[in-house]
Order: sequence, then C-alpha cells, then structure tokens
Amino acid sequence: MPPLDVIVKTLFIILVVMAGFLPIITWVERKQSAVMQDRIGANRADIGGIAALGLLHPAADVLKLLTKEDFVPAGANRVMHLLAPVIALVPAIITLAVVPFGGRYQFGDTTLNLVVADVDWGMLYVFAVGSLAAYGTVMAGWSSNNNWSLLGSLRGSAQMISYEVTMGLSIVSLFMIYETLRLTDMAVYQDATFRVFGFLEHLGLVKDIGWLGVLQLPRWGIFLQPLAFFLFLTCVMAENKRPPFDVPEGESEIIAGYHMEYSGMRFGLFYTAEFLEVPVIGTIVATLFLGGWSIPFLPQALLIRGLTHFGGVGFATGLTMILHVLTFFLKVIFMIWLQMQIRWTLPRFRYDQVMDLCWKIMLPLSIANIFVTAIGLLVVDGVAR
Amino acid sequence: MTASAVLFYLFGALALGSAIAMVLNVRNTVAAALSLVVTMIALAGVFVLLDAFLVGAIQIMVYAGAIVVLFLFVVMLLNLRTDLFPPGRSFLPKVLGVVAALCLLALLVPRIGAHLPAPALLPEGFGGFRTVGLALFTRYLLPLEVASLLLLAAIVGAVVLAKRRID
Repeated sequence: MPPLDVIVKTLFIILVVMAGFLPIITWVERKQSAVMQDRIGANRADIGGIAALGLLHPAADVLKLLTKEDFVPAGANRVMHLLAPVIALVPAIITLAVVPFGGRYQFGDTTLNLVVADVDWGMLYVFAVGSLAAYGTVMAGWSSNNNWSLLGSLRGSAQMISYEVTMGLSIVSLFMIYETLRLTDMAVYQDATFRVFGFLEHLGLVKDIGWLGVLQLPRWGIFLQPLAFFLFLTCVMAENKRPPFDVPEGESEIIAGYHMEYSGMRFGLFYTAEFLEVPVIGTIVATLFLGGWSIPFLPQALLIRGLTHFGGVGFATGLTMILHVLTFFLKVIFMIWLQMQIRWTLPRFRYDQVMDLCWKIMLPLSIANIFVTAIGLLVVDGVAR
Repeated sequence: MTASAVLFYLFGALALGSAIAMVLNVRNTVAAALSLVVTMIALAGVFVLLDAFLVGAIQIMVYAGAIVVLFLFVVMLLNLRTDLFPPGRSFLPKVLGVVAALCLLALLVPRIGAHLPAPALLPEGFGGFRTVGLALFTRYLLPLEVASLLLLAAIVGAVVLAKRRID
C-alpha cells in the first residue's frame, strides 16, 4: 500500500481535473464558440425549466452517450477496437502524476510536497507517456476495417511522431537554464524575480545599471525563453489533435477519421481524451513557462514571513499553500482559455501545411534556439569567471 | 520478496510473453508490432526497477513511442492482410529453429553466469541523465559523434533515394 498522503494527492489532482475541469471545459467550448460566432450557445438541457446557462449539457452528453448502442463494425478486430479508446485516454491521466500543483511546505516535523511522484526525470516521463498517446489513434483506425479511419490514423501517427521531435527539442533550451528535469525544481526556480537589464552587468558592459534595476520580471520560462513557449505550445496543441491541427479527424475530407466507427461511450472516451488533454497541457505549460504555483513578486519565504504577522507559522504556511494551489489552477484556467481561443480562431490547416510547419519552420527554429541559448549561457559563464 | 522484486519479475514475464506473442503472430503484422510495443514498455519497466531511469524513459520515448509507430505506419500503408501470407507448409524449419535457439541458450547461460560481477552498492546518480550525459559527452564523445555521422549519412541517403523516385 502506498502511503496515505500519496493516495490523497492522487485523488485530489484527478478529481480536480477529471470531475472539475473536464465537464466545465465541454461547456466552455460550446459557450465560447457561441460568443465568438455571435450565437447564444447551448441552453436547452434543463431540469424543471431551469437551464442554468447550459451547465446541464455535460450531464446530458454523458447520459446520451451511455445509453447509445455500442457498435462494432463487421470485419473489425474486436479486441483492438475495444481497447483503442482506453489506450487513448490513459496517457493523459497518468501524466498528472509528476505535475506539482503546489510547492514544498514545512509543518513542524513533516514536509508536505504537493506532487504525486517527485521524480528526478519528470520531464522525460512526460515525454515518454505522451509518446504512447499515438497508439490509441493508430489502433482505432486500423482495427475499424474502414479506409477513411485508416487514412485518419495514418495522418495521426505521422503528425504525432513529427511534433514529438520538435516538442522535445523546443524546450531543451529551457532545461539548460533550469539545469534540471524535475518539475518541482523548475517551479521553485521560477519562484523568484530577475532584473530585465541585469544581463548588461553580467556581461560587464555596464558597472551598475542603477535605476534600471527597478525593472523586474518574475523569473518565468515565458520571459526567459519566449520563443520556446510559442514552439512548445504549438507542438502540444498539434499532439492534442484539436483544431487547427485536427487533420486526423478532418470531417470535410475523411468524415471523422480514426474514430469514425465508434459510437456511444467508446466514442465518448476519445472525446474525453481530447478534452482531458487540454487541462493536462495547461498544467504542463503552466509549470514549465508560467512559474507553476508561484505568485509573481511574492516568493514563498517572503509570503510566509509576511503572513506570520497575522497568525502562527502553521497558519501562515497553510494559507500560503492554499494560495499557491489556487494560483496554479488559475494559471491552468488561463491556459485552457488560451487554447480554446486559438481553437476557435484558426481554421484547420491542410495536411501538408501541418507537416511543413513542423519540419521546415519549427524544428529549425527550435534547434537555432538551443544554439543561441547555449552561446548566451557560455558567454555569461565566461564573463562571470 | 519486496514489492519492487515482484514488479521486476512481472515486467520480465510480460516482456518475454509478449516477445513470444510477437513471433507467433508473424502472419498478423499489426498484432506482431503491437506485441513488440508491449515488450518495449515492459523492458522500460525492468530498466526503471534497475535504477536505469534514463534508459527506461528513452526505451519508451524512442522505441515504443517512435520506432514501432513508424513500423505500424509502414505496415498500415502497405495494408498487409493476413491472407497475403500463406500458412507455413513444413514443420521441419520450426523444429530446427527451436533446436538452434536452445543450443544458443545452452552456450550463453553458463558464460553469462560465470561473468556476473559481485553485488555492490550503486554509485551516486547511477542511471540518471546527468551521469549518462556526462559520460556521453566526455569519455565517449568520439563514438557518439561517429554514430551521429552514421545517422546523418542514412538520412541523406534516404532523401536521395526518395528524391530520385519523385524526379
């Protein structure tokens, strides 16, 4: 049996993401698209005349999907057809194991570390698990015994392999700055500020930057590596296979692509996997680039010291912990909003455009970013010595 | 037996079982490739339990996540169906294969057993990306660069071959 705190943390993160974010996201998807397209949006599902702004639609969805016939087409490979949706869903859930939703807190003798598995190779785990997501798509398309499905899964596997390469390379530059692959340490690193013009001092160009030292930014990945942020976000959105990267589904070309022969809750599982990846991407991007749980300009030690004036150390630490967890999920909500905004703004790319974007633009850019960052770090190191 | 020992033997059995399933599924190419994936994932589990975290992660990322997906991609592109492969006619090759495998096993097992190092404590940072990365870029820099040159040559060769077909 794992220790109690691990079970509690696992339940917490899974409940927040799967029972909290997931139903709300399907509602947000409908309502945000309605706002952007000047419609009213879903508002018909009601209990006794109370529609609650369409918030009951997720429940109606689940009821409908569960009661529909679960159909397996003739000539399909039964076992793989039944397994594929599950395999599509699992990677998204288990990625959450290494995501820190809060920092480390000292309560007397016990340390509370708000992450399920604090492993040294955290980011490698994320990449490894993410690379398995392609199998759901591949198996679904192949086992359906349908040429459109097969085309969809061919497109899906090519797209996912290509973007995995760029995804890995795009944040190598970030690892060189953080000097770690452990996600908790990355969040701790970002819980600080840096002077925007401080590099002039480091390089010895100016002896003292004087009043310019007032200009400070949180030491977040997005400020240190803005290019990496855009590259990584594009890659994870392509891995997610939602528009504008939904060529594996492409309903105007190949009907519904890899999950065309699925009905009922098995289709619902593919749908869930795609929607679940949105908050999971949000947690990863927030941890890598937006400082994770850290509150800008208020480092953990400072916050606890300040709050101690209003109560004991235990009270201050507990309140800090709650504020950090709330900050983290606020950043995740921001990332969900951003992904929704992109999804409803851009039309679907053509398949060759998706591949060209990856191999001809983003891959060279991410390799160039690694080189420039490495040279920058070497120069700063050399001058400091 | 500790929990990690139980897991070790479970992953080992899974790796062996799915490897055998791959060989037996030779006529259903996609099923064989998927068995290979299970072997890779089980091997990654074995590596992680042996503290070789980097190798375990790379095993999944590179082999399970990329190379076998490419296998599947090609298999699906060619649309190899089960009925394209005639059932094996003769029984003799199978028997000979099993005998040859057993001979190899009989040759290897005593030799491996004789060369097992004595158990020792793992050095600090064993199997982590820091240790492996340092070793690769200092002590084994030349082999690493030679290997990357080989890969580059393979890529250029593939591009040349593909381009000739298009022109």
